[in-house]
Amino acid sequence: MSSQERTWKTIESGPHTYEEALHPVVRKNYGKWKYHEIPKPGVLKHVAESGDTIWTVRAGTQRQDTVDMLRSLCDVADKYCDGFLRFTVRNNVEFLTPNAENVEPMIAELESMGFPVGGTGMCVSSVSHTQGWLHCDIPATDASGVVKSMMDSLYNEFKDMQMPNKVRLSTSCCAINCGGQADIAVVVKHTRPPRINHDHLVTTCELPKAVARCPVAAIRPTVVDGKKTLMVDEAKCICCGACFGACPAMEINHPEHSKFAIWVGGKNSNARVKPSTMSLVAHNLPNNPPRWPEVTEVVGRILKAYKAGGRPWERVGEWIDRIGWKRFFEETGLTFDENMIDSYRHARTTFNQSAHVRF
Amino acid sequence: MSGANDSAMNGGCHCGGCGSSDGNGKFLHETPMLDQLESGPWPSFITGFKELAERTKKPMLRGVLDQLEYSYKTRMGYWKGGLVTVDGYGAGIITRYSMIKDKFPEAAEFHTMRIQPAPGLHYNTDMLRELCDIWEKHGSGIIALHGQTGDIMLQGIEQDKVQECFDELNQAGWDLGGAGAGMRTGVSCIGPGRCENACYDNLKLHLTALKHFSGQVHRPEWNYKLKFKFSGCPNDCTNSIMRSDLAVVGTWKDAIQIDQDEVKAWIEERGMDALVNNVISRCPTKAITLKDGGIDIATRDCVRCMHCINAMPKALSPGKERGISLLMGGKNTLKVGVNMGSLIIPFMKMETDEDREAFIEQIEEIIDWWDDAGLDHERIGETIERVGLKQFLEGVGIEHDINQVTRPRDNPYFKAKY
Repeated sequence: MSSQERTWKTIESGPHTYEEALHPVVRKNYGKWKYHEIPKPGVLKHVAESGDTIWTVRAGTQRQDTVDMLRSLCDVADKYCDGFLRFTVRNNVEFLTPNAENVEPMIAELESMGFPVGGTGMCVSSVSHTQGWLHCDIPATDASGVVKSMMDSLYNEFKDMQMPNKVRLSTSCCAINCGGQADIAVVVKHTRPPRINHDHLVTTCELPKAVARCPVAAIRPTVVDGKKTLMVDEAKCICCGACFGACPAMEINHPEHSKFAIWVGGKNSNARVKPSTMSLVAHNLPNNPPRWPEVTEVVGRILKAYKAGGRPWERVGEWIDRIGWKRFFEETGLTFDENMIDSYRHARTTFNQSAHVRF
Repeated sequence: MSGANDSAMNGGCHCGGCGSSDGNGKFLHETPMLDQLESGPWPSFITGFKELAERTKKPMLRGVLDQLEYSYKTRMGYWKGGLVTVDGYGAGIITRYSMIKDKFPEAAEFHTMRIQPAPGLHYNTDMLRELCDIWEKHGSGIIALHGQTGDIMLQGIEQDKVQECFDELNQAGWDLGGAGAGMRTGVSCIGPGRCENACYDNLKLHLTALKHFSGQVHRPEWNYKLKFKFSGCPNDCTNSIMRSDLAVVGTWKDAIQIDQDEVKAWIEERGMDALVNNVISRCPTKAITLKDGGIDIATRDCVRCMHCINAMPKALSPGKERGISLLMGGKNTLKVGVNMGSLIIPFMKMETDEDREAFIEQIEEIIDWWDDAGLDHERIGETIERVGLKQFLEGVGIEHDINQVTRPRDNPYFKAKY
């Protein structure tokens, strides 16, 4: 802070208030909506008990935005939506208007600005992702770049609604997976134990904290050149990278050995089957900037098989539940290998505890 | 400055202040790898960054693009954390110092300010334009909408500009979000703002709860982070069950409301096959039957999954006796693997200020227990797993309920009170 005396006393207000940010028609019909329709991809029509209608136009964004881009979105909102807009939890921007005649010009304007209109209903939605090399302190790759590359190839799947059900994608730049659980997720997998910088470790890390961070007790105190430091039992290490977060002198990222893995079948909604976590279906894909073609190829393969074989309303995980993992691997052309058998806590719950067999 | 030459930046001025070009008449250095992310139909963040840099001539933007290009070339990240806050706060600024500032001194600092948006991510253009103006004045002009915990992330500011930037933002009604071992920024779906399925006013509860815990957002004081997410119905559009320690999911107790005329209109339009194949047979508990050309739903069999309501939005809607379910303990991988939230409170009314007060009191009880029972760097779901659900319920004064388990225990070892 500069040496200048502050004249402003902080107000710890918490989140910004929302009432002033709601369109008047939204405010009027708050909590009194009757039903909705999806007249076309990227457009929602909500009808209230009062008979009022609000139209929503949804568009994809790059998520890593700028003030210029936001101002241009504000221009659209001022022109067509009385100065109101909102975002979805998957980084789409939404424009709400009570005037049906605003919908088509708004779509044309957004598309001309480079924002694809879509992301509704049975489509591939925008990717929730992490910060990557642009801003994170523990990334093995650049999530924004992977997402841009992937969405270039899935552009039409975002704009159309031709999937069996909605498909949520996520991308994460390290094994912590801040991108989250999704129908199809791209997550970095470290494949080698951390490399220890003994000179830095003792000055930058709290040794007991780094030891405690390891989920498999692979980290032990030791002495190197007369100085207290840490060692890693490489046979035990599961390459999770948890220690790197506590101790940057235990470098886990590697230009060659930090690879990509693809996971499928995550679902948070309670609709039909209970929420489910993801399963590993591909790994050891190279970290290959700037376009990561191998990742896009595998995700595309899974989507193609799901699109062809999924029944209406089946999410990716539900489709696999029906056809079985054996056929999933056959239909996607991916290979089941021994690393896909869980070897961690509660692993037996993932074993086939039955005589149900598919040939 | 040999490092800069190494990185294919054509040398150029790296003084950090003059903003001059490097002899080719352009402000930015060449970034051949990043440039490849400018092709293709999906909007490109690189194009946005470059346009912003060329317009504002902010040296930090050039440095960040140079460092990002270097990361693409070397396949490694080069940011490290630190500690920067504003007066009176212990969290909310994510600190980033470059590990290679000798190569790219213009990007030596690139801190993020986490800002709490309005619940439901609603904006008017006045507030958004004011935010942009303040951010352009003090920071880089890069914004991520939104972070995975719901914050507006203002990315790229130097330490000595943080306080004045925050003071201006705060005067405009904005406050910092959470970081570290404290209450984090909340997330809510659009809720009653537009959705007919919202079973409670999740925007209001979000605002009430996060205002109540503001002190703990700004001054982390717990074992580890604690996240709220507020979904209006079991479709859980905020992904609360996986991404929050406290998942507040709207639900209802009584019968699904059926408009039989609309059911018949749906069948008329889509056919009986669609009703049988896509609605009746997809009910997880087989609670739906055909009756008199319409449908009947056995309320006692219904688990409130939302599927039939999603499939027939005009004909079906949630019941009238509405409230919330509280699930707890969701978190992602680090460090004991993925855990989804589990049901703790099956139903709580959430209509009045008294209901919201009772909810906050219950959450305070839960946090008090976690303060005592939790270990350092242990999320609350992990504490419950380690200590036991029975012990947790006893500790926070919540009644046991059959809905809290998938089935009763299958191992015989326990100590009962006799």
